[in-house]
Amino acid sequence: MSEAEGIKALRTEAAQWLAEHLTGKYAPLRHRGGSGDGDAFPVLRKEWERELASGRWTCPGWPREYGGRGLSIAEQVAFQEEYGLAGGPGRMGHIGEGLVGPTLIAFGTDDQKSRFLPGILNGTEFWCQGYSEPSAGSDLGNIKTRARLDPATGDWLVTGQKVWTSLAHLSDWIFVLARCEEGSVGRNGLIFLLMKIDQPGVEIRPIRQIGGGAEFNEVFFADARADARDVVGQPGDGWRIAMALLGFERGISTLGQQMSFAQELDLIIEIAKENGAALRPAIRHRIARAWIGLRAMRYLAMRVLSTDPDGDVQREGLSYKYHWSNWHRDLGKLAMDVLGPEANIIADDWRRERLQQLFLFSRADTIYGGTNEIQLNILAEQGLGMPREPRGALK
Amino acid sequence: MNLDLTADQRAIRDEAGRFLDENSSSKDVRLIVDAGGGTDEALWRTVARDLGWCAMSIPEECGGLGLGMTEMSLLMEVCGAHLACMPLWSTACLAAPLLVETGNERARETLLPAIAGGEISATVAWPALAHAEQLNAISATARAEGDGYRLEGEVAMVADLPGADLILVPARLPDGTVALFALDRTLPLKIAALKTLDATRPLGALSLTDLAVPAEARVDENGIGASAAERALAFGILGLAAEQLGAARAVMDLTLAYIGERVQFGRTIASFQAIKHRCAKLEVDFAEARSLVYGATAGFSDWSGEEANAEVAAARVLASELLFRAVEESIQLHGGVGFTWEYDPHLYFKRAQASNALLGAPEGHLDAIADAIIGRGAEV
Repeated sequence: MSEAEGIKALRTEAAQWLAEHLTGKYAPLRHRGGSGDGDAFPVLRKEWERELASGRWTCPGWPREYGGRGLSIAEQVAFQEEYGLAGGPGRMGHIGEGLVGPTLIAFGTDDQKSRFLPGILNGTEFWCQGYSEPSAGSDLGNIKTRARLDPATGDWLVTGQKVWTSLAHLSDWIFVLARCEEGSVGRNGLIFLLMKIDQPGVEIRPIRQIGGGAEFNEVFFADARADARDVVGQPGDGWRIAMALLGFERGISTLGQQMSFAQELDLIIEIAKENGAALRPAIRHRIARAWIGLRAMRYLAMRVLSTDPDGDVQREGLSYKYHWSNWHRDLGKLAMDVLGPEANIIADDWRRERLQQLFLFSRADTIYGGTNEIQLNILAEQGLGMPREPRGALK
Repeated sequence: MNLDLTADQRAIRDEAGRFLDENSSSKDVRLIVDAGGGTDEALWRTVARDLGWCAMSIPEECGGLGLGMTEMSLLMEVCGAHLACMPLWSTACLAAPLLVETGNERARETLLPAIAGGEISATVAWPALAHAEQLNAISATARAEGDGYRLEGEVAMVADLPGADLILVPARLPDGTVALFALDRTLPLKIAALKTLDATRPLGALSLTDLAVPAEARVDENGIGASAAERALAFGILGLAAEQLGAARAVMDLTLAYIGERVQFGRTIASFQAIKHRCAKLEVDFAEARSLVYGATAGFSDWSGEEANAEVAAARVLASELLFRAVEESIQLHGGVGFTWEYDPHLYFKRAQASNALLGAPEGHLDAIADAIIGRGAEV
């Protein structure tokens, strides 16, 4: 079977499986749980993860020896697209599948792999990410959470605070970047720990967001314990592990995200036709531009995910996050302008609700995962070879 | 769909780049510009006859190499970067595709091989409109008389006139059919060379006043149908978009080089964040435009009507806007020397605005996209 035929067969299999399983009690999950809607139906969405696992659709990109399907990037993209087209809900298992799993496969001990990978694969254990802190957002190296070795047990005792932790209140485990060397600064002296959430010394406080929901949290640690076995890499080497983890997010899931963007755009066009906004030339041009941006996003993602050795492609990939997040934010504003005065009215109307959430939550898109300003610095410095920003002296 | 370039495609691009680095430098371009515009004849002879660039996308049975739109676009990108003063776009991206799509036996057996072999340059007298409107807007007319035809009409701005050896003129017959006439330079044509701000691409005005042409001048098989015209125009639009991309990349690179050396307040001006962020935003626009142009180009082989047309139009919108933004930023970031004759940004600035209007300005393309994805009139 050629690669193209293999992909076609995979698409058929995935579409058919999703049509058969994303139904009945799971039907309300369609199109839910995406960005900004992350706290929708949490219990049912966890069940859905187990359902996915039963069809071997969790972790399809993992190597076969760890229970994955060993899919190529093109095949993973195809699956993500089918998942998006079917209205598959936001993945509760995303952090485990996309970030923790690949990190442990690359850097974990055999013991860590055997204890953690099955729970991720089976959709029974859920993870969240403990990176950002009140004083370490864009400047992640400024981490202040401390990890202190307990000489009696070899465990690590963690004290400090993480923030913007997505779905911490629905997770079983958190990976934490903490400072383990007294007096170290910046990227040195950090440790990468795997920690159980349900233990004394870990407290979670939800943060209510602009759209009213609460998928983010503050996580407080007061001498909370990480088992001696649960250091990934060596103490002091945490920064390298933390950055490698981010590198595993190659943006394959964004192809699925684009399916949801396309549905949002379709919804806007549908409403514009109903309420007459589609007759206004300025709105028509803005819709045309939104369509253009989405098409370009698709082709840019395809090029970035390819194995093209062309250096240009690598450089252009640095634009991806800035492009999609600003596009999505603009789409939120367009949605409101198409709705007109009704955009301000809260009503029991799922279409309007979805667009209002889009409008509100897309403001986060240009902030999390590297703000616009940081993205532009990265583009200028790494992409265009321009001089680096000087470091300030303030502590 | 796979958007990776093959090793062969990269080699075509890289070799073309090296060739133009040597043979169409800023100094070479300025020789043409300072002479008031025109074609770099030596460059064109080499490109057309020895390097076979015109043959790239012409089918093998018509004397070409039978490669795809992607290879042609890569060449156009390189040409755009160098502002190469030669009629490659009009010959290989406007005239040849129109003959391929609509041509009769003579077109396929004589004219296309002559283009592929670099013996002649050619252009098409299209009006300067978005492609959806082109066919309706054709005002030149033709009527049969005796053994031939009589042509009448004016086309205000035709690319690469007066130099083109062959001029393709779409003209409407009394029954409404649009026929295609190939006019060679033995005919008594009235062509006025236009003085242009952009001296890197000549434009001419063509007047046909009751011009008698022989029957063999008509080279279409069955008239120019809407879908054939769309495909031929799409080729031209994508070629132009690729050329604009190349020009944008080049002007961005020369700007980065300049601001990396220019020192003020004890540091290079490239180290100021206000400037870094502007360059980075341009880079985002560049990645967006290039991806769309490559995607639309790759999709050209399995053409699928309205959506494909919208994508082609979109490629033009992004590439046109990108090039203009890249050049206006270039002038601004060059400071005082940015608006001198001595530095190169003005060459790109003039090309940017001139190419913006060829085959329809962005607003027209945006209208076409909106029509395709929202519907028009009563459909809304």
